[in-house]
Amino acid sequence: MSFLTIRNLSAELKGHGVPLLRRVSLQVAAGEVRGLVGESGAGKSMIGKAILGILPRAVAITGGEILLDGVDLLQLPPAQRRRRIGASAALIPQDPLTALNPSRRIGGQITDRLVDILGWQRARAEARARELLAEVQIAEPERVLRSYPHELSGGMRQRILIASAFAAEPRLIVADEPTTALDVTVQKQILKLIQAMQARHGTALLFVTHDLGVVSKVCQKLSVLYAGMVVEDTEVRPFFAGPKHAYSAALLAATPKYTDPAASLQPVPEAVIEAVRREVADADRRAGHG
Amino acid sequence: MRLIRQILLRMLTTAVTLIGVAVIVFVVIRVVPGNPIAMMLPPGATDEDVLRLTALYGLDKSLPQQFLIWAGGVLHGDFGTSITSRQPVLALVLDRLPATLELSIMALVIAVLIGGVVALTGTRSRDSGIEAAIDIGNGIALSIPDFLWGLILILLFGVLLPVFNISGRITPSLPLNFVTNFYLFESILRGRPDLWLDLISHMFLPSLALAIPLSAIIGQVLKQSLKETMHLDYVTLSRTKGYGENHVILREALPNAILPTLTLVGVQFTFLIGGTVIIERLFSYEGLGNLAIDAVINRDLPLIQGIVILFAVIFTAVNLVVDLLYAVLNPRLRHG
Ligand SMILES: Nc1ncnc2c1ncn2[C@@H]1O[C@H](COP(=O)(O)OP(=O)(O)OP(=O)(O)O)[C@@H](O)[C@H]1O
Ligand SMILES: [Mg+2]
Repeated sequence: MSFLTIRNLSAELKGHGVPLLRRVSLQVAAGEVRGLVGESGAGKSMIGKAILGILPRAVAITGGEILLDGVDLLQLPPAQRRRRIGASAALIPQDPLTALNPSRRIGGQITDRLVDILGWQRARAEARARELLAEVQIAEPERVLRSYPHELSGGMRQRILIASAFAAEPRLIVADEPTTALDVTVQKQILKLIQAMQARHGTALLFVTHDLGVVSKVCQKLSVLYAGMVVEDTEVRPFFAGPKHAYSAALLAATPKYTDPAASLQPVPEAVIEAVRREVADADRRAGHG
Repeated sequence: MRLIRQILLRMLTTAVTLIGVAVIVFVVIRVVPGNPIAMMLPPGATDEDVLRLTALYGLDKSLPQQFLIWAGGVLHGDFGTSITSRQPVLALVLDRLPATLELSIMALVIAVLIGGVVALTGTRSRDSGIEAAIDIGNGIALSIPDFLWGLILILLFGVLLPVFNISGRITPSLPLNFVTNFYLFESILRGRPDLWLDLISHMFLPSLALAIPLSAIIGQVLKQSLKETMHLDYVTLSRTKGYGENHVILREALPNAILPTLTLVGVQFTFLIGGTVIIERLFSYEGLGNLAIDAVINRDLPLIQGIVILFAVIFTAVNLVVDLLYAVLNPRLRHG
């Protein structure tokens, strides 16, 4: 049984009826990393936000299930849902420069969930925070815990956010493009760090990215999204050998190769876009009829 | 080093501001029509009497000369003598200052409380009918000036439903053995509810009248600032930790949303203090503002000058306090 199971999740823009997610299904098992790829605006972040209960107010879920450990989050009353998410899932955000509260010290931002939501003793939570900072290779944890965010570099802050995400030993982590806002030199280190932490803690990881190169290194499973619809759900190894769906194949062709970065990139051909658009329309029609 | 330079610069601009205010007031009140000496004397006074008194108060000298004499006195702590009451201006003004400070501070406290509750409520129910109602209420509160609010409050809670006092600062028949003129602070510190309840009953309506427009500004600006903050990533991250709306607003958003509001509240608070002049008159409240109006009516030139300079000093002090608070509340300034 997968820790996270999403079944036929649909969402739309309130009042406009514009579909943002179209009967999305995916699973992430404990210890497994699933990549979630797609072009900008495909709805990758929407899925992450739906899981974590942080959808924008303008977006409404219109159907489907989000099961965390077999319990459908969408059926729980809000307070209970929040608690459940806080206790068993966590987010590694995209931009470390905006994801920490500028007027609060780092220490409190790591321990707050442990103390307020999970009811730990403060001393135990602080010990845990020191331990976590050591784990994400931050020297001088004491000084960092007393610091404010603006006193630390972007890479350092992302390490802190990773530490904070793992603080409560969550069973699922959603990482939404956790390296795109960082310097190229830091990106690799952070990616390695997330991978190592995930492996050591055996966490299920949903990794949102539009970089297939990263997927090939980090993920075992992959969902390809187009216009809020999953067009391919596959294991990573066979995918890179030969994607089944024409759109995924085009996406792969549009990705720079590490072996040959100078090779000319193929934009996704018009015909492929046309075909996948038709597929989306067909799916909408079928869903409309029943 | 930078700090010292900033402090010096600040002191310099403050001094220039105060000198500018002094010069302008000095000239203006001497140019507008109305002779203070003529107003003091009984109708049958001779021209000689007028000349004698004019010379006594130094009003026969040229404007620059008068200014230099006055400024020289000020540097020694002598603000001259009131023409009407023949008492030292400084003593008169300092005597009334506490009453006005207490009224202004009470108004500020009321404005922050009302504005804060309005902003938090509006943020909690943002983009709903409740927020729209709050916006309308704020608009009404803002478009009616403080003295009109004073009249409305007098009518409502002084006349129709007389629950508050609408005249004076304290009931005169009470045992008034105050050591300072800070009646409210003193009676609270001495644990005398009989006195402070009476004081508050007198001060409530005038301070509320002063507070209503400011509370609308605080409500509107803080709500806007909070709403913008609510979209930020760290607020969202805090939700994923399991926190609910109240916690997220109070602990994550509020501390960061307060800063932009603070500067504005500082500026608006100086306007509020300016508003005490008319409000004190309206409620016969024995403060600086009431004294100022008497001084103007009697063309009591030294007294007017003294009061205006004191108001200017208060405004500068308020701005200084706001800047200091800003530095204290902003961790980015606190830790270089
Ligand atoms: N707050 C919002 N209100 C309304 N619509 C939104 C909001 N945020 C995103 N959308 C829409 O939802 C769709 C999916 O957005 P989402 O952020 O999930 O894309 P994404 O796949 O994460 O893209 P990117 O790679 O650029 O991050 C987009 O069409 C976007 O315009
Ligand atoms: Mg995104």
